[in-house]
Parts: sequence; C-alpha cells; structure tokens
Amino acid sequence: MKIAVLVKQVPDTYGDRRMDPATRTVDRGSADPVIDEINERAVEAALQIKEAGDGVTVTAVTMGPVRAVEALRKALAMGADSAVHICDDTLAGSDAMQTSEVLAAALAGRDFDLVIAGNESTDGRTAAVPAMLAERLGMAQLTFLRTVTVSGGSVSGERMTGNGYVEAQAPLPAVVSVTEQSAEPRFPKFRGIMAAKKKPLQTLTLAELGLPGGEAGGENSWSRVLDVTARPARTAGTVVTDDGTAGTQVAEYLAAAKLI
Amino acid sequence: MSQVLVLAEHVQGELKNNVAELLAAAARLGEPAAVVVRQPGTGAQLTARLGELGAAAVYVADVEEADALLVTPQVAALAAAVAAAGDVSAVLVGTSIDSREAAARLAVRLGAAFLSDVVDLAAAPDGVRATQQAFGGAYTVTATAARGIPVISLRPNSVPGTAPAAQAQEIRLAPGPNMAAAARITARHEGQAVSTRPELTAADIVVSGGRGLGSAENFVLVEQLADALGAAVGASRAAVDAGYCAHTMQVGQTGTTVSPNLYLALGISGAIQHRAGMQSAKTIVAINKDPGAPIFEIADFGVVGDVFTVVPQLIEAVNARQAVGSPAG
Ligand SMILES: Cc1cc2nc3c(=O)[nH]c(=O)nc-3n(C[C@H](O)[C@H](O)[C@H](O)COP(=O)(O)OP(=O)(O)OC[C@H]3O[C@@H](n4cnc5c(N)ncnc54)[C@H](O)[C@@H]3O)c2cc1C
Ligand SMILES: Nc1ncnc2c1ncn2[C@@H]1O[C@H](COP(=O)(O)O)[C@@H](O)[C@H]1O
Repeated sequence: MKIAVLVKQVPDTYGDRRMDPATRTVDRGSADPVIDEINERAVEAALQIKEAGDGVTVTAVTMGPVRAVEALRKALAMGADSAVHICDDTLAGSDAMQTSEVLAAALAGRDFDLVIAGNESTDGRTAAVPAMLAERLGMAQLTFLRTVTVSGGSVSGERMTGNGYVEAQAPLPAVVSVTEQSAEPRFPKFRGIMAAKKKPLQTLTLAELGLPGGEAGGENSWSRVLDVTARPARTAGTVVTDDGTAGTQVAEYLAAAKLI
Repeated sequence: MSQVLVLAEHVQGELKNNVAELLAAAARLGEPAAVVVRQPGTGAQLTARLGELGAAAVYVADVEEADALLVTPQVAALAAAVAAAGDVSAVLVGTSIDSREAAARLAVRLGAAFLSDVVDLAAAPDGVRATQQAFGGAYTVTATAARGIPVISLRPNSVPGTAPAAQAQEIRLAPGPNMAAAARITARHEGQAVSTRPELTAADIVVSGGRGLGSAENFVLVEQLADALGAAVGASRAAVDAGYCAHTMQVGQTGTTVSPNLYLALGISGAIQHRAGMQSAKTIVAINKDPGAPIFEIADFGVVGDVFTVVPQLIEAVNARQAVGSPAG
C-alpha cells in the first residue's frame, strides 16, 4: 500500500505572525517557518498504518518555497520513506484552488491508495485543500478524522462534526484528513534524523509536473485579496490582586461598563 | 436579476439556524434562492419555509441515502442548481464542516473562486467584496473573486437582518445517480444540541475555562458563571485536551473564533493561540493566579487570584444584582 502525506510549512503560531499590507501577503520574515502541527499528526497517522501493515510506504509531499524542504525533512525524520517537493517561484501567492490543482498533478498517476492531510492549515485556515483534492482525483473523501483505520480495501474513522462525531467508511483510494484530536505525533529520534538525510527527496518544478505556468501564482488566483488592514493592538487595562473582594469588584466593573 | 444560491442545511426537515442569515446575505448580492438536499419523502414543508425566509426559488434534490453519504450529494445538487438557474452570481454556504467541504468541491467542479470564513459581504460594480479575518482577527482582509463566480462560506452572525419573504417557486433537480466515490456514515454520535445556553459564535457574553480549573468536576464553575450571565461556555485547548469539556467549546487558533461584547477567561494563561480566537472581543476580563500570565496583557480588567474563591463571589454578586432588578444585557 502507498500512502502520501501532505505537509505544509506555515509561520509558527508561537511567533509574531504578520501580513504585509503593501504586498497583501504573509510577511515571511516575521514568524519562523515550521511544519504545521496538524501535519505532524498526519504523518503520525500514516506511520501508524505503516507499522500495523506489511509493505506500506509513506511519501511526504509539499508545495512551497525552498525552505519548505525543512518540513519534508521533519516528516522523513519521523519515519516517512521518501519525499516530493514541488518548488517553483511562479507558485507564490497560490490560493486553495491552485494549490489543490498542483498537488493533484503531483499525486496523480503515482498509484497512491491513501492521501492523508491535516484538516485545516493554521495560516490559511481554509480547510479546503483535502476536499478539493478528492474532487480532482476522483477519490473518496473521508475528512476531519480523529481516528483512522485501514482494513481490507477501505478506510474508516471517526469524523468530527459540530455537535459530536459520526463513524464513516470509504473505499480506497481515498483522501483523508485528521484533526488535532488524532494521535499525538512522535518526536524524531537522533537515528531518524540521520537516516532522513539519505532518504530519496525529489524536487519538481511546474513544468516537470506538466502544468502550464500561465495559470499559476497570485497573479492568476481565483480569489484575490484587495486590501489588508491591521487591527490596532490591544493594551492592558486594570489589574487588581484579590484581597478577598475581587469577585465583587469584577461585578462592579461589569455593572459600571453596563455589561451586566 | 441573477440568482444567489444558498445551501439550506437541515436536520430531518428542520432548517439550521444560519439559513435565514444566508438568505439575508444573498439578498445583498442578487435574488436569493435555496438549494435543499433531502431523503425522498421528507422535508415537504421546506419550500414554503424557505420562501418565508426570502427564497424566490427553491431547488430540491431528492437523494436516496442523502443522510448517509458524506458531502457528495450536496456538491452534485449545488452543481445541478447552478446549471438549472443559468445566471448565478454567487453561492453561499455556512461554516459547518459539511458545508465548507461541499463549497470547496463545488468551486473545483465549476471553476470558481472559493472564499472561506467570510464575516461580511457587499456587492460592488465589478463583483462581490468579501471581508475575512487573518491570524485570529489581527488583520482584516477584503477579497473578491478574480476568476469564476464566488463560492462563499459565511461565518454565522456576520450579516444582520432578514430578507423579505417571497413566494418560493419549487424546482425539482435530477442530479442523477451519485457517480462520485463517497464515504458512507455508519453511525452517528451527536448531541441533541438542546443546550439552553447561547451558541458560542452568537453569544453576547462568553465565559471560558482553562487548565486552571483542574478537573471536569471543577469545570462546572465555568458553567455556573455562564448561566448567571446568560453566556456561552468556551474553553482553552488545554482544558479540552484534559477532558474537562467537549472539543466543540474550544476557542482559539484551531477552535472557534469569537468576538463577543464580553469575554471572561478563567484559569487561562492566554497563550498566543488562545488569543487568536478571542482578541477581538470588546471587553476582556481575566482571572488567573499568576500575575505574569500573558492574558493580562490584553485584559481590560484582570484579577490576580484563585478562580475557586473569586468566581463563586462573582456569581453571588451577579445573582444579587439581578435579584434587585438591575438592568441586564
Ligand atoms: C498549532 C496550535 C494550535 C493551538 N490552538 C489552540 C486553540 O485553538 N485554543 C487554545 O486555547 N489553545 C491552543 N493551542 C494551545 C496553546 O498554546 C496553549 O497550550 C493553551 O491555550 C493553554 O491553555 P490554558 O491557558 O488553559 O493552560 P495553561 O497554559 O496551563 O494555563 C493555565 C492557567 O491557569 C492558571 N491557574 C491555575 N490554577 C488556577 C487557579 N486555581 N485560579 C486561577 N488561575 C489558575 C495558571 O496560572 C495558568 O496561567 C494551540 C497550540 C498550537 C501549537
Ligand atoms: N502547499 C501545500 N503543500 C502540501 N500540503 C498542503 C498545502 N496546502 C495545504 N495542504 C494540505 O491540506 C491541509 C489543509 O490545508 P488548508 O486547506 O489550506 O486549510 C493541510 O494541513 C495540508 O495537509
């Protein structure tokens, strides 16, 4: 069985993430780029299936700038077998429609039985790429899973919903996505980090994927950002230390502000 | 006038709360029309009800297994409705997982622009203007569809008002057999959502609890304060991970984004990912025993103290005020 895991490099949520109102894009110089936490869980889900079965291979796939290779190295260090990096300057500023088109081109024809993604990236938060990929690849879609089980020719799991979860099942090949309630990702061990350096890593340009460059990047995106405005930063207000009356003081504050 | 299609989600014929708002938003952009997917023989009253909410046309797809198949019936119905309507200027859906994913797939099928988690909408001469938030409300973004029609997922409680009632014309769709490979739901484990508390995204006041509550039993304190204030209950990811409450209550980067009038953070440190989901609240009140907790950097009123002594006293004071008939809300 062949599994592809989709990993994305994003600005670290622990950092100071900024957008540049002039270019209307994410300021890549602000927060450090890291593999999205949700994609570590996607890798973990793939590795657990690999460990439970025979002859399972895991390929990590990313589309992103040169530095995005670090996200692939992390996936390889955790235990993925190989990696594919789609890297091309013309891809900058792609939206979900374009990203899914490029990823679909990279996945098509490679006989993957299962594609595992994160449910939602922490930078774009569109939660669209996995569903779009299922549509483009003609695969079944089983997304927002907190558990993933492969058996026979199908994949099943618990899909989170707005007020609980449903159990669902799909035939392979399928695209699945995992939520942050899915299994905790493992830490790469020293041996894994060393081994990662020798694992196959393929870099592909748009032309090598057979996609026309004229459709790519922010200039040709379907959705377009017209304007970006920063909200004024919040400032600290009054802080009191409880002297035995703080509960009453909060009530008085709320009443004075006409909030209760 | 061109039509604006709204995906009307329902549970066994009972429309979801956001449908009226979607139709009101649609009226800003064109003639509101609704798309309904239902099990054959159910939801007979939906067309009339959608007309009352402003739909001039209701496209109905009767689909065997509509409730068992994941997302694909909705995509097929929306695509068939777009074809039947001919002149469509936008498609609007809510932010449920099913709706967002149906919209994403529809955008691919139509060759359209997908605009997600939109918080405001307006018509402009050259197309729609959609307002979105980035990085937890730190930035406000205006976007449009540069290619194709806009397929928009609208965050609840973004657009006020209602659309004028219309005499809905029902159009039966024949989306054909479901050809797409699909996942099938085998069992449901969903709450009846009969909570008397306001919804997290709609609430005027949100009371959230964090790891500082210490246990699921103690988390009741958060609910008690919420009930005294008529508020919704939220939580930090640490509280959710520790099993104090349901994951649907999570506020933050990977949870719900809220912007209530008043947000009370109890035993929450205020990690940057939590702040990403609540920093656009009008007023923030925090109670935390650590004076160095980052939540105090953004709180309008902070108390350095123990939630187990401060919150019971606060509940008592709130109840006492309400008992003497102080104005509420
Ligand atoms: C990719 C990513 C996404 C994330 N998404 C989210 C998200 O959506 N939402 C979210 O909340 N977090 C999110 N986090 C996690 C976030 O980083 C923090 O770990 C989390 O918010 C901490 O929750 P907490 O404040 O309840 O816990 P802690 O940080 O442990 O804080 C508990 C606080 O309670 C106080 N306390 C303890 N006992 C008492 C008492 N008796 N009285 C008063 N105060 C007391 C302590 O002083 C402390 O400040 C995310 C992290 C990552 C990496
Ligand atoms: N550029 C990308 N490269 C690889 N995977 C991606 C990329 N963008 C999105 N994905 C995958 O799709 C998931 C959901 O992302 P999104 O739809 O952007 O919220 C991510 O967690 C990844 O698994």
